[in-house]
Amino acid sequence: MSKQMTGAEMVVEALKDQGVEVMFGYPGGAVLPIYDAIFQQKKVKHYLVRHEQGAAHAAEGYARSSGKVGVLLVTSGPGATNAITGLTDALLDSIPLVCITGQVPTHLIGSDAFQECDTVGITRHCTKHNYLVKRIEDLPRILHEAFYIASHGRPGPVVIDIPKDVQFAMGTYTGPKNIHHKTYQPKVKGEMAAIKQAVEMMAQAKRPVFYTGGGVINSGSEASALLRELVQLTGFPITSTLMGLGSYPASGPNWLGMLGMHGTYEANNAMHDCDLMIAIGARFDDRITGRLDAFSPGSKKIHIDIDPSSINKNVKVDLPIVGDCAHVLEDMVRLWRTSGHKADQKALQSWWKQIDHWRARKSLAFGTSDKTIKPQYAIERLYKLTRDRNTYITTEVGQHQMWAAQHYHFEEPNRWMTSGGLGTMGYGLPAAIGVQLAHPDALVVDIAGEASILMNIQEMSTALQYRLPVKIFILNNKYMGMVRQWQELLHGGRYSESYSEALPDFVKLADAYGAHGIRCGDPAHLDEAIMEMINTPKAVIFDCLVDPNENCLPMIPSGKAHNEMILPDLSDVAPDIGSIIDDKGKMLV
Amino acid sequence: MNAPVSPPSPYSSAIGKSNVESHTLAVLVDNEPGVLARVVGLFSGRGYNIESLTVAEVAHTEHVSRITIVTSGTPEVIEQIGHQLERIVPIHSVKDLTTQGNAIQRELAMVKVRGKGENRVEAMRLAEAFKAKVIDATLESFIFEITGAPQKIDDFVEIMRPIGLVEVSRTGVAAISRGAERT
Repeated sequence: MSKQMTGAEMVVEALKDQGVEVMFGYPGGAVLPIYDAIFQQKKVKHYLVRHEQGAAHAAEGYARSSGKVGVLLVTSGPGATNAITGLTDALLDSIPLVCITGQVPTHLIGSDAFQECDTVGITRHCTKHNYLVKRIEDLPRILHEAFYIASHGRPGPVVIDIPKDVQFAMGTYTGPKNIHHKTYQPKVKGEMAAIKQAVEMMAQAKRPVFYTGGGVINSGSEASALLRELVQLTGFPITSTLMGLGSYPASGPNWLGMLGMHGTYEANNAMHDCDLMIAIGARFDDRITGRLDAFSPGSKKIHIDIDPSSINKNVKVDLPIVGDCAHVLEDMVRLWRTSGHKADQKALQSWWKQIDHWRARKSLAFGTSDKTIKPQYAIERLYKLTRDRNTYITTEVGQHQMWAAQHYHFEEPNRWMTSGGLGTMGYGLPAAIGVQLAHPDALVVDIAGEASILMNIQEMSTALQYRLPVKIFILNNKYMGMVRQWQELLHGGRYSESYSEALPDFVKLADAYGAHGIRCGDPAHLDEAIMEMINTPKAVIFDCLVDPNENCLPMIPSGKAHNEMILPDLSDVAPDIGSIIDDKGKMLV
Repeated sequence: MNAPVSPPSPYSSAIGKSNVESHTLAVLVDNEPGVLARVVGLFSGRGYNIESLTVAEVAHTEHVSRITIVTSGTPEVIEQIGHQLERIVPIHSVKDLTTQGNAIQRELAMVKVRGKGENRVEAMRLAEAFKAKVIDATLESFIFEITGAPQKIDDFVEIMRPIGLVEVSRTGVAAISRGAERT
């Protein structure tokens, strides 16, 4: 179907043809024609954010929780630059986004016009791909290509920069059919010979471990189902990165908990001592590996990833398989079944015995108190009181994020939205808004810190405008807790600028926005306060006053190996963590 | 060749860092605005070296350009550079000519030399030995055009230095594999 229309109308038409129902954005001079086209239709619903960074994170939350492409629309200049943190976040966590930016008219480009910036130049490094559309003839193709690139292969953000005169120009619109990209055709099927070899290695393994990541979630619910099947068939233990939580259920018998810097003792030790590591959709980043030259020294490593550049980037692997997780897992499950392979039961039994020994250390245990709320306890209660509901969790970044990852247990994929790679404070609230729009009847909780939440607090207005009942659960310890913890570890407890001075009264703040505010600092009343939050049919800010001195443990200190963790000490004396990291480690982030 | 030596870091991989090699990559790209910036930005953003870079359209109707990059790194880094380049959407193919092992490399240079009397004669004599052509001459200067492998041009420039080298303009390396097959 080809029709004559303006560039602005093409944008909206393409969004409809791509099945977009929800988009986020903020208007401005250079996108007014597109806003006018949005105004004249009902299929694509636009949600007005209060800052363009919020639009990007909301689109991420929407995409991550629904498996669809997230869409945002911002104006030129500051609109585009404000969106950049969100685009970079999506790039690092492989979230599919299409970001449409307005641009000054083509004849003004390069003249330092009002609200002009070199959007494609600036976003080249923080997108998977980007376009400046100079001719109306190219617009329909680019619009559809952008969706294809954002969602195929390793997903990521794509920017389309459209000058205002192109938005006004008339042209011929063509639909998404016949979009065949001449250079970008990522390989989804893994090589059969390699998969066969992988299955044979698995059958011979004595101390195997699955190490899975966000790629399994990106690959769709089918990948998670196949992963569960393969874990069950083999009986191997499984751990996951922060981004991969939920692909294997936390209640599953083979679950070791999260690995990495704040992972469990059993997960990290299993990684260190294994003889076969099967990495699926995970990228061996520094939060996972710790000290690289001491990373899992005695293991053979199989690495399944859709992005060839992930292979051998940080860790040299023995058997790479380039392909989509779901496709490769399907082949692995089938081969395991048909070849009649069996895991080495005897070896596996003693491996599990060793793992149980590590588990018995109870690395996630924490001290309880009847005077102050321990942050871990707050998450634990939140989990217990929400797990039987249709719940989605987002987070900001810091201690609360790690406590949430450790103490909130996920049974399904796409239920956990967090900023992993970039570590963006201010992600959680706008992401929760995106999640709530994708799942209107669900309970959506942003587990936050009192510092992070202030980074995008303006999005409260968005939540209220659209009556989105998001719950913001603030673990308020009056510190940028992770910064404080690192200052204790590395800088002699000199808490430079990490105290949250002059905090707002969060209950009154909720009130000011028209939301409901709750404050609780008493462990005895925590449950009823959480129930009040759950039962409030509108947005809630919950100011949960927690122990300000609690450190997030266990922890692999920077520059240390998986088997050199700091574990929580449950005696009354807090561990002296100030002397653990050596000078070399202090150089690291 | 002169890769910066980074201090050892606990995060640095156990992979040896000492065996730095120079490799020539042939990269076919869509000739569209910004594609060179994507390639160059990748190198600067990820801390890779560029020793030489040339780019020109090689198929006019298909709008395909060929970028020849000479870079250096350990074999692991070189492999990573190849994969990172392949992620750039408008890139058609990345070929490592050094790994393929049969490529011809050529570079063109224009070399300006100033001198009188005996030096003038000597410059002409050496140019002949190097098969360099005179493409401009005044009473006190020559411009030589010389084509060859980069090392030959280095040698020619060095030998002209004491005679009165004024300046050099080099094109950077172009490379192609031998034989009937496409690179």
